[in-house]
Amino acid sequence: MLPDVWTLYRRMLFSRRFEEAVHRLWDAGLISAEMHLSMGEEGIVAGVLDHLQPGDALALDHRGTAPLLMHGIDPERLLRECLGQEDGLCNGWGGHMHLFSREHLAASSGIVGASGPAAVGFALAAQHLRPGHLAVAFFGEGAVNQGMLMESFNLAVAWKLPVVFVCKDNGWAIYTPRERAISTPLIDRAAGFGLHTTSVDGRDVTAVWEAARDAQTRAREGRGPSFLHARCVHLEGHLLGDPLVRAVRQPLREIAPVFGPMLRAVTRRQGAPVRQRLGPLREVGTRGNRLVSSQRASDDDPLVWTRKQLTGESDRLSTLEAEVTAQVNDIVARVQPE
Amino acid sequence: MPTKTYADAIDDAIAQAMQADERVVIWGEDLDMIRRNLYVRFGAERVRCTPISEGAFVGAGVTAAMGGLRPIVELLLVDFAGVAMDAILNHAAKIEAFSGGQWPVPLVIRAGCGGGYGDGGQHQQALWGWLAHIPGLTVVVPSTPADAGGLMLAAIEHDGPVIFLEHKLLSTVWREGLGRLGRSTVTFDVPPDGEKGPVPRTWMPLPFGQAAVRREGRDLTIVSVSLGVHRALAAAGELAADGVQAGVIDLRTVTPLDVSTVRDAVKRSGRLLVVDEDYQGFGLSGELAAVVLEGGIACRYARVCTQTTIPFARHLEEQTLPNVPRIVAAARDLLRA
Repeated sequence: MLPDVWTLYRRMLFSRRFEEAVHRLWDAGLISAEMHLSMGEEGIVAGVLDHLQPGDALALDHRGTAPLLMHGIDPERLLRECLGQEDGLCNGWGGHMHLFSREHLAASSGIVGASGPAAVGFALAAQHLRPGHLAVAFFGEGAVNQGMLMESFNLAVAWKLPVVFVCKDNGWAIYTPRERAISTPLIDRAAGFGLHTTSVDGRDVTAVWEAARDAQTRAREGRGPSFLHARCVHLEGHLLGDPLVRAVRQPLREIAPVFGPMLRAVTRRQGAPVRQRLGPLREVGTRGNRLVSSQRASDDDPLVWTRKQLTGESDRLSTLEAEVTAQVNDIVARVQPE
Repeated sequence: MPTKTYADAIDDAIAQAMQADERVVIWGEDLDMIRRNLYVRFGAERVRCTPISEGAFVGAGVTAAMGGLRPIVELLLVDFAGVAMDAILNHAAKIEAFSGGQWPVPLVIRAGCGGGYGDGGQHQQALWGWLAHIPGLTVVVPSTPADAGGLMLAAIEHDGPVIFLEHKLLSTVWREGLGRLGRSTVTFDVPPDGEKGPVPRTWMPLPFGQAAVRREGRDLTIVSVSLGVHRALAAAGELAADGVQAGVIDLRTVTPLDVSTVRDAVKRSGRLLVVDEDYQGFGLSGELAAVVLEGGIACRYARVCTQTTIPFARHLEEQTLPNVPRIVAAARDLLRA
């Protein structure tokens, strides 16, 4: 059995267009503070969520937009929440990091790793009240050094809970590259807890869909939890206004104010020997380029990847794309304050 | 009226709730040992033994509650809230607000608290003020068997997160399980009315935020919770021998705080003495002074609290935790003016 790629692409594109609108509203200063987008994760989210049924639960991290849109939450109320409006999804009390929908059993958290215990609790409730249902936890690879997530892996295995742990691995924990922070291959670590593990290319929505189908089947049949590892990119970095992304996109404007103090940090008396200061200087100075070159390749964009499979029917594709764009524009027009 | 111990009263109220409602479940470490009667009666699915993994199983309690269960999560000792603090501070307490009031978290976190049996400063803290500081939490601290059972039933029926703290000197399970451990060679200063007392045949939920006046007194108002109430009553007895009428108010819940009962009594007596086993700074004792001042009431004020890390040695511990001589001395100072 194969997924309906047209449907999945529509959902992914809707999420992308929606988040592009969020990006514009954020640029315009209409959304406060941090904004973490799902751009680049859409293939993973679409592939996993296509298997969910009413009564399944979603434990989300700080990138809840795409999963909630693809899970059927009203996009207008979601956008209003991002804008802090009173008729937002959470009446303006949550914001994009704390999105909740009781009727969809969907809960997010702004604390890295918290989706682990959350999924375990939802799965326990499912065992008692909704047998055959499951909980999905979404988190990034930056969460795998959090004790509560590791503890949740153990609890889910020890109690054979219906959980699908989905690790969206973009290789960067905020500004820290994976190899500086993670001691063992993630898949080995998950397997060490006794989780059933699969690794897939997160660009490839079909591959994710197939892996998620197996994981959710195991969960529903009472065969225990799984760990689905999927590589992805974050096209806008960790958050909108990511300083590393800005440094690469607008080097003159962004680097000038930090250049002087950094130079003084290299030349000032006292501190480490100057020779030893060059390594850290190079590390900090090149990190932006490393991040951007690892996250920006258009080949890694799940939408580009998925779209390639559909160009054979170019009329159908352009109709779909026009429809989705119009839908999102419509929502933005209704929501945007004067 | 039958009598029960403080510990049995709580488990009895839990059993009544579990019998009435399939959604009530309890989990925590070693429950097949420490709550073995519940375990045998309701089975391993509803009385679930967890690994030592508070970060996950308290966090799981939050979403299990959101997913339709009425979980009681047993933290053993409130000191271990430190390990599970993210679940308590950032999730249990906040999700109802974050969801715009649409998604309540009917979770009970049950834990032993307090000292007086020589177990050191990581296993004997009170911490009710520290927890009550967080908006969104209800903090229940009963001092008698009847209150313990009735407030536990109320906690289970409550639609928000409740921290339920059982003093370890009052609870035979904890005092015997962590202090005595089968020996007849150790002694503890246990108030008999707190350890065992009359209870209703059928539990009814008691209201939160309603203090009990344990003793009337026109000269001085002593306000306390948990074990401190019994220490305050003992001190009031000593003061009565000198002709001083000290009233004693048992708050029963730290949040919600029964502000009006405290204000009314202090307005009449003109003197407020807080006995609080929790830490002195930035806690319940200061909060009580604040609400009295906010009520426009002028009074003399003193407090007997825990000021430092609780030391291990019994004689040092005895001086650190509020005790009857310290309360009597503080009361006499207040009256001298």
